[in-house]
Amino acid sequence: MEDKAINTTRCIIIGASHAGVNCAFALRKAGWDGDITLFDADPTLPYHRPPLSKAYLTSDDGIEKNLLKSADSYEKENITLNLGLTVSAIDKSNHTITTSDGKVHSYNKLVIATGARPFIPPIAGLEQAHQLYPLRSAADVNHIRSALKQSPSKRVVIIGGGYIGLETAASMRKLGASVTVLEREQRILARVTAPVMSDFFSLLHAQHGVEILTSKNVARITTSPDYNMVICDDGSEYPADIIVVGVGIRVNTELAQAAQLDINNGIVVDDQARSSDPDIYAIGDCSYHFNPHYDRFIRLESVQNAVDQAKVAAASICGEAPIYDSLPWFWSDQYEVKLQMVGLSTGYNNIVLRKELSDDGLTEHKFSLWYFKDETLLAVDAVNNAKAYVVATKLLKSGTTVDQVKLADNNQELNPANLV
Amino acid sequence: MAKITFITQDNISVVVEGQSGSLMALAVENGIKGIDGDCGGVCSCATCHVHVQADQMQLAGEASEIEKDMLELDDNVSEFSRLCCQIEISDALDGIVLTVAN
Repeated sequence: MEDKAINTTRCIIIGASHAGVNCAFALRKAGWDGDITLFDADPTLPYHRPPLSKAYLTSDDGIEKNLLKSADSYEKENITLNLGLTVSAIDKSNHTITTSDGKVHSYNKLVIATGARPFIPPIAGLEQAHQLYPLRSAADVNHIRSALKQSPSKRVVIIGGGYIGLETAASMRKLGASVTVLEREQRILARVTAPVMSDFFSLLHAQHGVEILTSKNVARITTSPDYNMVICDDGSEYPADIIVVGVGIRVNTELAQAAQLDINNGIVVDDQARSSDPDIYAIGDCSYHFNPHYDRFIRLESVQNAVDQAKVAAASICGEAPIYDSLPWFWSDQYEVKLQMVGLSTGYNNIVLRKELSDDGLTEHKFSLWYFKDETLLAVDAVNNAKAYVVATKLLKSGTTVDQVKLADNNQELNPANLV
Repeated sequence: MAKITFITQDNISVVVEGQSGSLMALAVENGIKGIDGDCGGVCSCATCHVHVQADQMQLAGEASEIEKDMLELDDNVSEFSRLCCQIEISDALDGIVLTVAN
């Protein structure tokens, strides 16, 4: 009897991107032998998102080269993919969801991995603009690629100087576009890095011919038959054949909210990724979760968080008692520069900049920025310096106190033993 | 066309054939256990760690500086370690045997 009961259980996962797909496969690995059904509004077989603004944008590849898992893998693991279908409601008391085609599906466990959507700011004239795109989905990038190919003058304006905007700028430049980035703050990457890093990337983009303009608040967009004009509130105007909007995201919490789950900047979950309903989990960009390394609740937009939380949720659903305690990490590739970040710098009051010596002296393009709060290391941004990233990861994981004087001394080889 | 053998941690040998692209992509395509490739193949996550057979290191080639550093994230790194997203498939790899590290 009991076996039969297990065989008829079903886990439904809403959202088939990094978090949802990894959770499905992790469930199988953890021994879930009931049904696993994924739903996603995106009709494309689930794919890696980080390359969209980088290698995928500059290539002619189809998305099949960027799949999270092959089509066969889903079949082999008996995971049902329902793509191109939106989930319209969760009924937690009846343990069902309703999809946009009106069908009702019952679940024993539900995982919400709905992520986020691009925030489109309320700019006058934006909705009428030609060739204006956000950058979050493969379809967005396919539109951008073809718009660029068809544009003779290839004038691109990117609204927003965050990672998406800057990676897109680098990629579009590589494709021969003339690119202007309009950032509202006084410096690019203002929300996520220290001024040293903003300066480095400003210079890098300038060296590659990208115009980066800060303190530029876009007020309206006018559109003539051939092109758009992006107009800032200081009166400056920038012609654009293509506009990319990268000013942040909105978390997809509506379904959870309508189902009366606890929401606070995201779907509130415990250390096993469980929401306020014990049979509903939330993972990835949409989850608001506790991070023991930083002793506070956070929401993260990253592959690391999506994948790690997916595994924790899967283990918990299968009756284990995992605890989510991952150290956050991120990366960004622009031109030939590889930026790797570990930890969260929020709340830092002190920075150590460490430049590495190379055979021919100091190199401007290999350094690391160490964020401290007093004596405590919070985070590290490593530029073309995987060693610093790895050493920092180890130090952050072990909670070792770092000697800041030794750290700044680039005659000392960078390794954990030399820094204590 | 190259025949590639992956030996997983549960000691299962899987022989797959590849023509182009990275060994990581080939492994993911074929659902090789222990090769996650979370970062999509840009040497940023170290979840595609393999050990190359000692006498086949020449085939696989040497890891780049970044790759060597990233491998240090994993406790079971050895002189035969590679991140297989950094190995391009070519006919020259025919017959290579890779032990998945995790």
